[in-house]
Amino acid sequence: MDNNRVIIVGASHASAQLCASLRQEGWAGEVLLIGDEPTLPYHRPPLSKTYLAGTSNLDELLIRKPDFYDKQQVAFRQARVTSVERGARTVTLSNGETLGYDKLALCLGARPRRLSLPGADLAGVHYLRDAADIEAIRDSLATTSHAVIIGAGYIGLETAASLRKLGISVSVLEAADRVLQRVTAPEVSAFYDRVHREEGVEIRVGVGVNALEGKGHVSGVRLEDGDSVATELVIIGVGVVPNVELAQEAGLTVDNGIVIDAYGRTSDPEIFAAGDCANYYDARYEGRLRLESVPSAVEQAKSVAAAICGRERQISALPWFWSDQYDLKLQIAGLNTGYDEIVLRGDRSTGRDFACFYLGKGRLIAADCVNRPQEFMFSKRAIAQGLAPNRDLLADPGTALKSLLEASTTSAG
Amino acid sequence: MSTVTFVEYDGTSHDVDLVEGESLMEIATNGAIPGIDADCGGEAACGTCHIFVDSEWISTTGRRTDEESQMLEMSSECEPNSRLACQVIAAASMDGLKVRLPEYQI
Repeated sequence: MDNNRVIIVGASHASAQLCASLRQEGWAGEVLLIGDEPTLPYHRPPLSKTYLAGTSNLDELLIRKPDFYDKQQVAFRQARVTSVERGARTVTLSNGETLGYDKLALCLGARPRRLSLPGADLAGVHYLRDAADIEAIRDSLATTSHAVIIGAGYIGLETAASLRKLGISVSVLEAADRVLQRVTAPEVSAFYDRVHREEGVEIRVGVGVNALEGKGHVSGVRLEDGDSVATELVIIGVGVVPNVELAQEAGLTVDNGIVIDAYGRTSDPEIFAAGDCANYYDARYEGRLRLESVPSAVEQAKSVAAAICGRERQISALPWFWSDQYDLKLQIAGLNTGYDEIVLRGDRSTGRDFACFYLGKGRLIAADCVNRPQEFMFSKRAIAQGLAPNRDLLADPGTALKSLLEASTTSAG
Repeated sequence: MSTVTFVEYDGTSHDVDLVEGESLMEIATNGAIPGIDADCGGEAACGTCHIFVDSEWISTTGRRTDEESQMLEMSSECEPNSRLACQVIAAASMDGLKVRLPEYQI
């Protein structure tokens, strides 16, 4: 084993993958993983579901067990990195200690966007990102009869579903005119709106929040229209901002994320980045993307591992996402940005399973699949192939999807 | 200690300890087996832990569920003995189990 050292800053999904991929790529030197939470990297998506419900513990959520890090000779240290000195190739910790690196990987993640409202710092107002955030919410549930969630994105709706399952009444407040407005077609929003109402959630769209009220502890939310909603628990889920400050202060190029090329390299040849904090060049979409997605973090980490070992592996996997709410398992393939047409398969107005295919210039570019794993797997392949499907056959539940893959013209294979 | 063997598409073989109660996906990721991505962490949501169970072991592991079938049957590499590793829970009876990996995870 040589003495070259990779330092990975941030104990995230990207870093867990990077630890594995570095060894698979043949990195023989030291690997030091530095995270500011007390635990090894864990799965965050279950936080708003099983962890909130108290049916999973943090040990079960670890992406890889402690034994893996021992065997792969990855050292873990809980510390906060306060600066990167690129000239000296060192990082400085909050206790003043400096550590030298040969290669540095920034897997810093993102943090919840804060609302600057009067009363936002009252007790009982929560954001949702880390295990500790959920633990604080969980501790307050016994004394909560009504919760208010600000923001009807995936995090907000997943949390609403989890709280309903625990028997807590929930209001969801959304400033836009429909739920999931930023990420789905109106037809998909209408479906989620219906299901949440069926499950007993009060959904109010097109409402702005003026202030959070209370003495010491939150007791209500005041709306822009003058109305107010009484509550003991407020959870804010209005998006995230990438953690770029460390990179910015070190003089790396930053533009909606730490800018990396198609191989995971930053503007400094010895520094790499992956995950929610990274803004990468995607050859498929011919542009820059910053994705908040576990699969994308994994994909980027694999490329970073290769790049650290001196090889070029393009970040190329099709982005995909998932969201679990109640008995709904949503799987999303691709990015629907720029779609000009949708095709629906299945009945979204009464049932609980359907697929919404997004087409751009006739080609399938994305799909939202609710309890439709077959449509999802079909879409992953079809999008990667550049399939231009027959719309009538795509919508027809009697048509086997596999026959579309085989029958249609494809631009790539 | 009981073992399970993962064979990569190129034939490279890895023996890892079989941990009762863990899924084959968890055993593979903790054992740093290349070719099992397991993006979703075991929710049967991603189809990136596709394995083939050697035929003599199918009666021990069981066949795939409908949910797994819906995911796996869209893969061009799907075979009758295809499973999602996250849905196969290791038991003492599986000592010596051998599974193979596909060329690509979709």
